[in-house]
Amino acid sequence: MPVVTELFKWEGTKAKLNTHFATENRQFGSKMTDSKYFTTTKKGEIFELKAELNSDKKEKKKEAVKKVIASMTVGKDVSALFPDVVNCMQTDNLELKKLVYLYLMNYAKSQPDMAIMAVNTFVKDCEDPNPLIRALAVRTMGCIRVDKITEYLCEPLRKCLKDEDPYVRKTAAVCVAKLHDINAQLVEDQGFLDTLKDLISDSNPMVVANAVAALSEIAESHPNSNLLDLNPQSINKLLTALNECTEWGQIFILDCLANYTPRDDRESQSICERVTPRLSHANSAVVLSAVKVLMKFMEMLPKDLDYYGTLLKKLAPPLVTLLSAEPELQYVALRNINLIVQKRPEILKHEMKVFFVKYNDPIYVKLEKLDIMIRLASQANIAQVLAELKEYATEVDVDFVRKAVRAIGRCAIKVEQSAERCVSTLLDLIQTKVNYVVQEAIVVIKDIFRKYPNKYESVIATLCENLDSLDEPEARAAMIWIVGEYAERIDNADELLESFLEGFHDESTQVQLQLLTAIVKLFLKKPTETQELVQQVLSLATQDSDNPDLRDRGYIYWRLLSTDPVAAKEVVLAEKPLISEETDLIEPTLLEELICHIGTLASVYHKPPSAFVEGSRGVMHRRLPARTGSGESTESPDVGTAAGGSAPEAAPSIIPSQGDLLGDLLNLDIAPSTTTGPPPPTTGMQMGGMDLLGGGLDSLMGDESEPLGGDIGGSPAMGAGFGVAPAVMPASLNAPVGGGLGDLFDLGGGVGMPMGAYIPPKTVWLPAMKAKGLEISGTFARRAGVIQMELILTNKAMSVMTDFAIQFNRNSFGLAPAGPLQVLTPLGPNQTIEVSLPLSTVGPVMKMEPLNNLQVAVKNNIDVFYFSCQYPISMLFVEDGKMERQVFLATWKDIPNDNESQFQIKDCHLNSDAASNKLQGSNIFTIAKRTVEGQDMLYMSIKLSNGIWVLAELRVQAGNPNYTISLKCRAPEVSQCVFQCYEAVLKN
Amino acid sequence: MIHSLFLINPSGDIFLEKHWKSVVSRSVCDYFLEAKEKALEPEDVPPVIHTPHHYLISIYRDKLFFLSIIQTEVPPLFVIEFLHRIAEMIQDYFGECSETVVKDNMVMVYELLEEMLDNGFPLATESNILKEMIRPPTILRSVVNTLTGTSNVGDTLPTGQLSTIPWRRAGVKYTNNEAYFDVVEEIDAILDQSGTTVFAEIQGVVEACVKLSGMPDLTLSFMNPRLLDDVSFHPCVRYKRWESERVLSFIPPDGNFTLMTYHVNAQNLVAIPVYVKQSISFFESGSGGRLDVTVGPKQTMGKTVEGVMVTVHMPKTILSVNLTATQGSYIYDNGTKLLVWDIGKLNPQKLPNLRGSLSLQAGAPKPEENPSLNIDLKIQQLAISGLKVNRLDMFGEKYKPFKGVKYITKAGKFQVRT
Repeated sequence: MPVVTELFKWEGTKAKLNTHFATENRQFGSKMTDSKYFTTTKKGEIFELKAELNSDKKEKKKEAVKKVIASMTVGKDVSALFPDVVNCMQTDNLELKKLVYLYLMNYAKSQPDMAIMAVNTFVKDCEDPNPLIRALAVRTMGCIRVDKITEYLCEPLRKCLKDEDPYVRKTAAVCVAKLHDINAQLVEDQGFLDTLKDLISDSNPMVVANAVAALSEIAESHPNSNLLDLNPQSINKLLTALNECTEWGQIFILDCLANYTPRDDRESQSICERVTPRLSHANSAVVLSAVKVLMKFMEMLPKDLDYYGTLLKKLAPPLVTLLSAEPELQYVALRNINLIVQKRPEILKHEMKVFFVKYNDPIYVKLEKLDIMIRLASQANIAQVLAELKEYATEVDVDFVRKAVRAIGRCAIKVEQSAERCVSTLLDLIQTKVNYVVQEAIVVIKDIFRKYPNKYESVIATLCENLDSLDEPEARAAMIWIVGEYAERIDNADELLESFLEGFHDESTQVQLQLLTAIVKLFLKKPTETQELVQQVLSLATQDSDNPDLRDRGYIYWRLLSTDPVAAKEVVLAEKPLISEETDLIEPTLLEELICHIGTLASVYHKPPSAFVEGSRGVMHRRLPARTGSGESTESPDVGTAAGGSAPEAAPSIIPSQGDLLGDLLNLDIAPSTTTGPPPPTTGMQMGGMDLLGGGLDSLMGDESEPLGGDIGGSPAMGAGFGVAPAVMPASLNAPVGGGLGDLFDLGGGVGMPMGAYIPPKTVWLPAMKAKGLEISGTFARRAGVIQMELILTNKAMSVMTDFAIQFNRNSFGLAPAGPLQVLTPLGPNQTIEVSLPLSTVGPVMKMEPLNNLQVAVKNNIDVFYFSCQYPISMLFVEDGKMERQVFLATWKDIPNDNESQFQIKDCHLNSDAASNKLQGSNIFTIAKRTVEGQDMLYMSIKLSNGIWVLAELRVQAGNPNYTISLKCRAPEVSQCVFQCYEAVLKN
Repeated sequence: MIHSLFLINPSGDIFLEKHWKSVVSRSVCDYFLEAKEKALEPEDVPPVIHTPHHYLISIYRDKLFFLSIIQTEVPPLFVIEFLHRIAEMIQDYFGECSETVVKDNMVMVYELLEEMLDNGFPLATESNILKEMIRPPTILRSVVNTLTGTSNVGDTLPTGQLSTIPWRRAGVKYTNNEAYFDVVEEIDAILDQSGTTVFAEIQGVVEACVKLSGMPDLTLSFMNPRLLDDVSFHPCVRYKRWESERVLSFIPPDGNFTLMTYHVNAQNLVAIPVYVKQSISFFESGSGGRLDVTVGPKQTMGKTVEGVMVTVHMPKTILSVNLTATQGSYIYDNGTKLLVWDIGKLNPQKLPNLRGSLSLQAGAPKPEENPSLNIDLKIQQLAISGLKVNRLDMFGEKYKPFKGVKYITKAGKFQVRT
């Protein structure tokens, strides 16, 4: 808060307040100050002090100790005076006592034997009638980090923990934490932890707050100790103390509350109600800790609850207010808001303007604000955002300007309607000819081309004008990509690329790779004129380069071009997958964990605490609680909690830098190959693709199998490219590549699989007889991440049917129609209409029997009809269900064996790879494969739309048509349904 | 929790260190000093720095760096708030927060720091409690102390320390009982070239100076409390009463404190008290440019705008300026590239104007960036949001206090783009 200096200039009352401290202090300061303590001559300083410390006069002693302390504060070593200072300890003068204590705390560690001298005084002081002295003694003793002293501390501490005076008790509570830091075993043996736990129920709120703080600190080094055993009773005590303790105590209590998982939505709501007033606290740390509790517990509230909406509205103003605080506070607040807008964009969607950058914001605030502006950008506010971004692009700070230009590109990709305006803004900026602006603009325009192909290519001419001014690798690479991609529209594409080729070896790898691909593209488009050029670049890349990535890519192109140019065209010029809107979003499991850590260092760094908290201090992985109805048991699906150690950093650019290569290879559309049996029948084109690479690689492997294997494993570009369809590796490769392949498996994030999800055939759900002539048959499907109910409505009655509507009863996974039933035209007699209804999974939840049962009501102008159907649970399997290997292992061990169920799938004639591929189409991801005695074991993970993880082990024996499958899940009731899905997917 | 504190001046000298747990070598500050070297301005040093074994959380305030060392996962906002509290405490005790003042009162600052934290946990941060434990220096007291040998360290437990109203000490006595409230509003705004408001909001604060005997229970009500979008209160305010009746009911701390801060958002159409007509242009040839700035009153609610000051952040290549001001005076600092025009009171009849030529360094190209203007102003006796205090009632004590309310509006971050 700005200091209001005018405060004392009261109209008409100035005289009364004239005796304000400030003026007095200044006078005082000029006359008697501590500076005098520094004026002693350097020579013999210690000697002089020694004499003064041993003086008989109290005053002189005190002055001497002050001098010692003053020297200590500025970092001088005065440890030599230890015995003399300790001698002053036994005194009635409290100030002198405190000063000596200050000295002791600093130097006791370096003089452990001397420190023992002080023990007696401490023990005596702990019995003093004055609570201030008792507290001071126990507090100071805890700060003396000498093992021998701690033994003497136990008895006084035990007394102080039960002292009649709350001030002593609260000091003693902190002392337990200090002692634990020095000697944890001692604290446990002496039973101090239990006493500390008892203090949570103390009558004084300050004692409660300190006990919580001490326990939290101790718990941090004992992740599994269950120290803070939270139950509804203790929560209630904490909430009561929350209202009465100091602001700092409130922070500790709120942080502690955030670790609790309420039993049901009602308890969750009642905690939220009692925490909400903290949002109006003047201390921003209290506010943010309250936000954390609310964000976490909100997850459990049904979205249709009125209170849920109220809470959402209440969260916005305090967050906005944090942005008017000091810049350092703003920074921390902004890092957290960045998480909050990713999790719940609705909270701040109308508050765009508060993120507008002010001229005198520090740079770290500016950059964070910009990031949030893009996250909040939508069709409604894009004009405003663009106007701001354009303004920022003319600012002074280079880093900020660059980010602003990049932001314009991100807006174009995020908000389709604005793309045109963004492109014209970028062209305006290119016209400024400011070097770094131009380069950033070109990098983002490349991404815009990727997102909206064949729309803005008219600007290529303008871009080419700036070719010479590009000196940064990223901009050069982007420009080269553009030239290669649109070679057929650029008359002098060959000249342009040739000009880059001259300094090929001086370019960075990024540019070299891009140039190689671009020239190959050019060759495939204009083969007649560019043969020489392509040969030149291939030889540069393969023979003259020592970069394995470049060489490998060169060889692959070479092989492709020489064996089958048609195939090469299909590969290199294949259609690229569209880039997604926001690839820099934090991965959802990490985001959930970070939301549970709002207000902590983890939230500032956007990394899970395990990734950076010092040492082996284990950190509990936290996850948002799942929503559970009041009646249900708390089946917390925290299988996915242990979200690996290595958190993916949010990538700054819109597409990965190897995007091009990735794009090219991704589109191969390769069918799974097999390890044992003959390849399954595939389409011609797919076969072609496979042969091509398979053959090519085979012969490559023959030549230099070792280096290639190593390269593939080690180079991210290639790894990522291949990892997508690992099965493509011919069997013969498996042995030499070994470790490399293992890595490949990890790298392949579930990107566009060729196999589609399994869709059961349509069945009749509602026969015409039962529904006055309306017959409904249908099925469920998951397409591009959206669950759809596909219905066929047939009118078998004699009259026209209109006004169709559909509703679901509450069901196990909260399925609900995401929109109205789109039957716009009346359905005439004997007419049939096919409708697909998108479904959401955020509806009300009720456990059904069987689990996948769905009760539906359909209404038309005639009547309302009810029927029930069962959906394959596979349509709830989400796309990001691929678990990390380590996480999988840990989780598998973590789930009790009671939750494991085994099934047999009979008469299935697929081999393990084909099965794995087929299953992946339905979002059942194979994480690892192991072969033991001719039996393939596939380890798979599935994530349901409500966050439940299912882990599976599929055993396939060559030649045996019967599979064995073991499923492990925290919610074992889903296993049966999941098994049915396996069967359905594998057999169809 | 907070492990250690270092106070560092802008040239990078560490002049105070305090450790609440084991001693951390001051070499840890090198990471911070490195970051400080990298930053263009001291304000730009990142507040959270990661080093191999510690986290460094710092604030820059009153031209000093307050740097704290953290070893475990601690809420950074808690640390930053606490560091600001230390700065406020120094200001409160010694009248100002500066390197000299800290050095002059080294031992007392050290004692205070020890009282404020225990093992990194906040212990006593309320000014009222601290002053009972360690009395602020006054001439009288220092004379008495030298004569009688007593000290300025209190030897009884502060009364507020454990009560449910820790902010107030018991047994307060005044001969003149008085309670004053200042409603101070700051306008944060961004105006674009044409003078249109891009963004505007009001940050308000109610500062109080309450010197009342005993345990007074006050109720402050506003004429129009619904104006406020978001409020944060001093812990003394009873939140439930605000929720239900929109009145501030509280037992005040003794002395000066911030009763509440509030926020009025752009949605409520923030009045902009002045307009700025400006044109700053540079010649294509790059030899120089022209500047013409006029300031005039806009929505002032009939009050006079005072203390008007225009600060222009000039591009780096501007060497000198040659301007004439029809009112007030201007200074151009070539080091910071800041042009400051101090206008003073705004006279609606005769609008102040500053115009003239700018000259660039020889051979420098036309500057790319647009300079930005920052405006300072003050309006007495007006809260620009229209907020008005209705009445103040006192319960619990018999005497009749002297009451007063004052309003003032100022420019906060008020920026005009060109």
